[in-house]
Amino acid sequence: MIPRHLLIAVVVLLATTLGMGVYAWRIRGRVERTEASATNSQPVAPPAAGPSEQVTLYVANDEGGRLLPQAARIPLPSGRQERAQELLRALVDIYLGKSSPHVLGTGSEIRGVYLADPGLAVIDLNAAFANGHRSGVLVEELTLASLLATLSANIPAVTRVKVLVDGKERDTLAGHVDLTSFYDVSRVDQLVTQLATEP
Amino acid sequence: MRSNSAAASTAPDESIGGEGESRLPHSFPPSLVLGWLIALAAVLALSGSSEERQLSVYSRAANYSVAVVERNRVDYTGLLELLEPLGTVSAKASGDHWTFHYNDLEADFVAGRMRARVGGGDLNLPADFLLENSRGLVPLAGLSTLLPRILGGSITLNLSGRRLFVGEVAIHFTASVEKTVPPKLVMNFTSPVNPMIATEPGRLQMVFTHDPVVAPGSQTLTFDSKSIPSATFEESNGIAQLLVATVVPALASFSNDGRTITITPAAAPPMPNPPAQPPAQPPVPAARPAPAPPVVAPTEAGVPGGQHIFAVIDPAHGGDESGAVLTDQLQEKDVTLAFARRLRQVFTTHGLSAWLVRDGDLTLSLDQRAAMTNASGAAIYIVLHATSEGKGVRLYTALLPSGGENQGWFLDWETAQSSFEELSQMAAASVAGELANQQVLVHTLIAPLRPLNNVVTAALAIEVGPNNEDVSQLSSPEYQQGLAEAVASGVADLREKLEAQRK
Repeated sequence: MIPRHLLIAVVVLLATTLGMGVYAWRIRGRVERTEASATNSQPVAPPAAGPSEQVTLYVANDEGGRLLPQAARIPLPSGRQERAQELLRALVDIYLGKSSPHVLGTGSEIRGVYLADPGLAVIDLNAAFANGHRSGVLVEELTLASLLATLSANIPAVTRVKVLVDGKERDTLAGHVDLTSFYDVSRVDQLVTQLATEP
Repeated sequence: MRSNSAAASTAPDESIGGEGESRLPHSFPPSLVLGWLIALAAVLALSGSSEERQLSVYSRAANYSVAVVERNRVDYTGLLELLEPLGTVSAKASGDHWTFHYNDLEADFVAGRMRARVGGGDLNLPADFLLENSRGLVPLAGLSTLLPRILGGSITLNLSGRRLFVGEVAIHFTASVEKTVPPKLVMNFTSPVNPMIATEPGRLQMVFTHDPVVAPGSQTLTFDSKSIPSATFEESNGIAQLLVATVVPALASFSNDGRTITITPAAAPPMPNPPAQPPAQPPVPAARPAPAPPVVAPTEAGVPGGQHIFAVIDPAHGGDESGAVLTDQLQEKDVTLAFARRLRQVFTTHGLSAWLVRDGDLTLSLDQRAAMTNASGAAIYIVLHATSEGKGVRLYTALLPSGGENQGWFLDWETAQSSFEELSQMAAASVAGELANQQVLVHTLIAPLRPLNNVVTAALAIEVGPNNEDVSQLSSPEYQQGLAEAVASGVADLREKLEAQRK
């Protein structure tokens, strides 16, 4: 005859084991789902289209080496960071288009825009953007000024901008324009004024 | 060669099967270890032979190199590729026969035969002629007899160094140590040379990639000097190099339009400015770690030691960093160097002493360029760029980055230019006016372009583009001369103000 207390202990242990097994099974499934999403290398889909808004894009034009504001209507999400990204992606789309006024290399993309510290914006370009960029002081400067001016014109709180390539600091965009520094929007505005005038 | 490597790699698998898998986790059979070692050796051998073998050809028409391939332990090269830059060539393969034409001369070769018929006469090659995919390969050792018959002139073949000289094109040099204080090694070449120069502890290396420089009487030169005891000339794989042994770090400078190279111990470089800073001279920025010491000395022998130089001219890029590719034949670093040399000459005629940051194909960091300029005490720094994009000339002054706090006497490295912004912009405006007078399209801008922001004197960048659709204009002496005259006039107009800021 098995003592009653022993029987109860065995039943409790069996129930605990079964319960832990079920819990472990569910945890494993959750981890697999997390890993799958973490290793997904597909490009991030554009955010759901928000209402179209009027924005000002500063578009570089190689003919004459000028940078001029251009009004555009693009769908923008509500978050500030997402809006900043969509703005610059709209700008890059113009440069990658068939009748581009300022050709960028194939595969050029804005990986992300991050609004950090009060007033600081970090623009992260992909490697193809920098590696495929034409080399020269003015062509590189037009690209940089175009990105920075578009960002500051539409996100007024931005006062300083830093540019990264593939999440890392890089010396120059394509051999000339410096990417190691943080740039004051006020100084960039001075450059934009100069680039808007006829040589 | 790849198939050999693969075969070696499969050997371990067979030995595992033979010995039984149960032994594998505990101990490796000797055959398995041997197989792995063979595979490793094959991989190392393959990686070691990855350097492209080449034959350098020097002629009055062109200096170039062609690929060398090894067949049956004999070096071969394609005859058509070898002679194409020197004349009109064509070839036709028909079975084992290969008929080759150079200008009006005909030569017949047969695959697998040593005997060939060249210009109506027979000739014996030292190894079989080979035909691969209609490409005729001749043994390298046979070129010394074959080429004079085809070209109708003398050639000199250095087989071990794989260098071929067509006609009298060789550049000779002499080297001697002048017993000045400090002593300096002076090398005089019979034509201008443009070697890549690198310094490392114990020696200074000059690599002549495109110059037909040949060895002096002896491969090793010894000098009666403790600081520069010897120099060795070496040739291999189509490249010549001169290794100068030095006890202390040395600097190389060019003069006489590239015909003279002077090696000086760095312990006492002939910098044109005195070591002491003028009282009003802003202190050298020190927020960054001190850059590496300069690897070149002032290049203008005419600048006497102990005097201030007026302008530092910086041909942007150089060495490993070629800048923009302007055309298939033209790199930015070469255009900037040629323009810098011309600008130095024109500055001199305007009575302005000028010094080039580099006067050869050297790799210099931006920090090194700024440090050399700041140490020189010059009144103006001018960095030269070239582009095929757009028309005319762009003048840039610094767009200073944000932040930057000076610490007492020490200036912030990133914003060291801040005290000189106004003067730099005045210089840009003056040069722009002179360029406009010459009908050159000119645009004046600020730019985030290092090292403008690191320089503690008036600083200006000039990006030269063609004034019309023709990019080759960038290397035109006439175009460069016109621009140089305008730049020098613009700077000379502002001379007093520029001089005043450094007093």
